[in-house]
Amino acid sequence: MPSFLPIARSLPLLVVVPIFLLPAPLRAQENYFVTYSHELEEPGNLEIEAKSITGAPKGGNPFLATALEFEYGVKTWWTTELYLDAQTTAAESTVFTGFRWENRVRPLLREHWINPILYFEFEDINAADKALLEVVGHDTRSDFLGRNDRSEKERELEFKLILSSNFQGWNVSENIVAEKNLAGDPWEFGYALGASRALALAASATPCTFCRENFALGAEMYGGLGDRHSFGLHDTSHYLGPVVTWNLPRGPSVRLSPNFGLNDNSHGFLFRFMISYEIDQFVSKLKK
Amino acid sequence: MRRLAHILLMLGLAVTLCAAAGDGEWLRKVPAKDRTRPNPYATDPDAPAAGAKIFAEHCAACHGGEAEGKTEGKHIRPNLHSDRLKQATPGELFWLLTNGSQKNGMPSWSRLPDPQRWQLITFLKSLP
Repeated sequence: MPSFLPIARSLPLLVVVPIFLLPAPLRAQENYFVTYSHELEEPGNLEIEAKSITGAPKGGNPFLATALEFEYGVKTWWTTELYLDAQTTAAESTVFTGFRWENRVRPLLREHWINPILYFEFEDINAADKALLEVVGHDTRSDFLGRNDRSEKERELEFKLILSSNFQGWNVSENIVAEKNLAGDPWEFGYALGASRALALAASATPCTFCRENFALGAEMYGGLGDRHSFGLHDTSHYLGPVVTWNLPRGPSVRLSPNFGLNDNSHGFLFRFMISYEIDQFVSKLKK
Repeated sequence: MRRLAHILLMLGLAVTLCAAAGDGEWLRKVPAKDRTRPNPYATDPDAPAAGAKIFAEHCAACHGGEAEGKTEGKHIRPNLHSDRLKQATPGELFWLLTNGSQKNGMPSWSRLPDPQRWQLITFLKSLP
């Protein structure tokens, strides 16, 4: 059984180094790993996020994958993001696995009971990608058992309908995912659901790092729904897990989530962790 | 020459309308039931300090550390010591924070829980 040691050695490269490269950090806004809510980036702000996942698939080698994300608020109704994906697998190698460019657009400008967001993404990744930013079609744990073979390119378009509501301090979000491989594979479908709430709704009067208002607790569930020819739950994988977020005042956000596979096609256990920084009015600061 | 004059006139009208849109147009969109909502944190002694903390975290980057607004560059951000803000009801400000004024670059702050939005309004109302 390969050890996690090589992965541990790569941690500074994949996760810790970006932390020290970043200036004047602020806070993030999302409360999930896979599910999107209707919160967009504030216009002019740049969020830099290192979103990681680690696991030890049955019959395969332990891995650590990180998606480094640059999220920019172009308008109040439009957020654009670039992801750079990489992974390291014990007893194999560390590889760059591709990029994704995503856009989220808010068609209704006012706040409603349910707020829709339209999501478009182009991804150019290869078969070694393990970031697991979404689960669609018949994605299963067996996809993670191959060696770090980068020969199979996956150029895909992904669309999401994001529905999200805020009430009584809660956020409840539902995502419907449709993905099309440009090589001609059929449309694949998936879903993600999330609910979260801050531990305290009112802010305290004094500055504090560990007060309850800085923490959010929630849960998310996501999985595949088959493809155009075999829509449904047959031969699909599904995950469920709690999510805890800690927003440090005037500092970064840290998020953790143990994910549990819900059927035999899923990994038994995955652990997600993330750190993010938001730089206010990024372009204005560059001009100065 | 006449066509040029027409174009200039239309441009002037468009600029005036845009300026008007950025000058409190949102106030006219607030539904009557929202205008009269009372601020449950209006008399909370801790609310101004809590609101100031929220302001520093989420609002100061655009509106300035002293809420003085920004007049430089492409995006003008309103001064929050203005008469318009002083005259707006807490309910109107709550509606603005909830919905934003997206065309003018003000995002929705519905992700802040209701109590924090009310605390922020208490702070804004305490500004000189």
